[in-house]
Amino acid sequence: MFAAVLVGAAFALLFGFLTLSLVTNQVATGLALTLLGLGVSGMIGEAFIGLPGVRMTPLVIPVLSDLPVVGRFLFAQAPLFYISILLVIGVSYFLFSTRAGLTLRSVGDNHDSAHALGIRVIAVRYAAVVFGGACAGLAGAYLSLVYTPQWIENMTAGRGWIALALVVFASWRPWRVLAGAYLFGAVSIGQLHAQVIGVSVPSQFLSALPYLATIAVLVLISRNRRLTMVNTPACLGRPFVPAR
Amino acid sequence: MKKLVMALAAGAAAIAYGAAPAAAQDKTKACWIYVGPIGDFGYSYQHHQGLLDVEEHFGDKVETAYLESVPEGADAERALERFARSGCDIIFATSFGFMDPVQKVAAKFPDIKFEHATGFKRDHPNVATFNSRFHEGRYVQGVIAAKMSEKGVAGYIASFPIPEVVMGINAFMLGAQSVNPDFQVKIVWANTWFDAGKEADAAKALLDQGVDIITQHTDSTAPLQVAADRGIKGFGQASDMIKFAPETQLTSIVDDWGPYYIERVQAVMDGTWEQQDVWGGMKDGHVVMAPYTNMPDDVKAAAEAIEAKIKDENFNPFTGPVYKQDGTLWLEEGQVAPDGEVLRMNFYIKGIDDKLPN
Repeated sequence: MFAAVLVGAAFALLFGFLTLSLVTNQVATGLALTLLGLGVSGMIGEAFIGLPGVRMTPLVIPVLSDLPVVGRFLFAQAPLFYISILLVIGVSYFLFSTRAGLTLRSVGDNHDSAHALGIRVIAVRYAAVVFGGACAGLAGAYLSLVYTPQWIENMTAGRGWIALALVVFASWRPWRVLAGAYLFGAVSIGQLHAQVIGVSVPSQFLSALPYLATIAVLVLISRNRRLTMVNTPACLGRPFVPAR
Repeated sequence: MKKLVMALAAGAAAIAYGAAPAAAQDKTKACWIYVGPIGDFGYSYQHHQGLLDVEEHFGDKVETAYLESVPEGADAERALERFARSGCDIIFATSFGFMDPVQKVAAKFPDIKFEHATGFKRDHPNVATFNSRFHEGRYVQGVIAAKMSEKGVAGYIASFPIPEVVMGINAFMLGAQSVNPDFQVKIVWANTWFDAGKEADAAKALLDQGVDIITQHTDSTAPLQVAADRGIKGFGQASDMIKFAPETQLTSIVDDWGPYYIERVQAVMDGTWEQQDVWGGMKDGHVVMAPYTNMPDDVKAAAEAIEAKIKDENFNPFTGPVYKQDGTLWLEEGQVAPDGEVLRMNFYIKGIDDKLPN
């Protein structure tokens, strides 16, 4: 798990170096790194294919897990579950209640002003990118340690991309990311349940449902342009080249 | 991956130096192209086991080469051509989508034998096709499922609604109905051959809805692991997955291509190779059941009896009377379904309460 975090962070560092220091195109670099990651993991992981994986045992919290109904869902999960909740709380507190969070947001909203104030824009962005990479690594660890305890080439099957939609969906607010993530998750599981119950909808349509839901939500929230604009970092995707 | 690169480099080198068809032919060269990685622990993995069987059987008399993760389409044509130029005597193309590339390349190299798995085109005399009757194994699984399930409901994780999968579901149900006429199946279409996360979700959905045994026509081991977590029994797919779920797997249909590959390479050595279309089953040793485990002795005996009936008495799972889902008679008493009809199967049999997606 810690290895996953480190690898995620290392990849993000590479991404940061390319996009921040060398000012390469962010989208193209991101795509290239995705492909690189798939290839490298396939090469390293070859030895682990076909072996039963290590399973992370659920951390059952005594007393609380005995609560009726919610007990089992909330208090008998793998450690990563609790970490994910703590991360949301932590990130939310950091972004909106600390000075460092304010600095980070200012770098995202107007890098020129931040630069003029003496904030080291590139350094802050490096830190943010590396943190994001580490979290992505954590998500991958959940997949191969808890969800399906094994490793197979390309086992993420493109799931990570939904994080991009999720951020827009949540309009850059951590708590909404949490809600959105569970909503997306519910839709993708729900379609399988619907099939078992016997809802006669084409299964291909049901498979596409999470993505259709994403599009629908994006359309809905973008109707109120002003609201979206308020939350979107103004310098999103814009490279920063300090004037000399 | 590394081997792929090396093999590609070798192929390229052969072309670059103009190395014509191998000069001194004391060794027979057999070559394979796979659609997936040999580490998928399913379909391509099993084909590769066949290659290893050939190496073991013939020792120094044979030379082998393979390319893994070859995309279907134009790339396959290049891969085939490289192999043809690098002195392969026989080339096995192991996925349905290699069908047209095989025909094209075979036309250019009439002296090289081409073997295509799961396809039906044999445009040139040097192209043969082969496939396996996996549904025979699914019939056996149906018998086991009906005997093991207390609720009489099985969960079935299906990939795509193509004849290969539909015939599997039907064979499974016919087997189950032979034990319990009221047996039910709940089907989830995952719309993927291989996505561990989604297959696990499908298995969870089925188990949440009250099935107490699961089987799958998707390739990962994830559903079995879910079943193990919930203390439910299930079946493996394509290879023996017992080490992923030692207390869960009842049996698994193993694709054993080794005997066929050995037979065909031998035919090339003897100069007796001829075009053919083989649809081998249990009696040919192409479909093998993994050891029957985690079941009482009487269930095991019943499974072995059915397996023996298919092997020794040439029993066909699609033997009448069989009714279609809408109640119309498909096969009369004692009538055996022609292979052609089975290969085009696009309907459920009676007793399956589900609508077949188009």
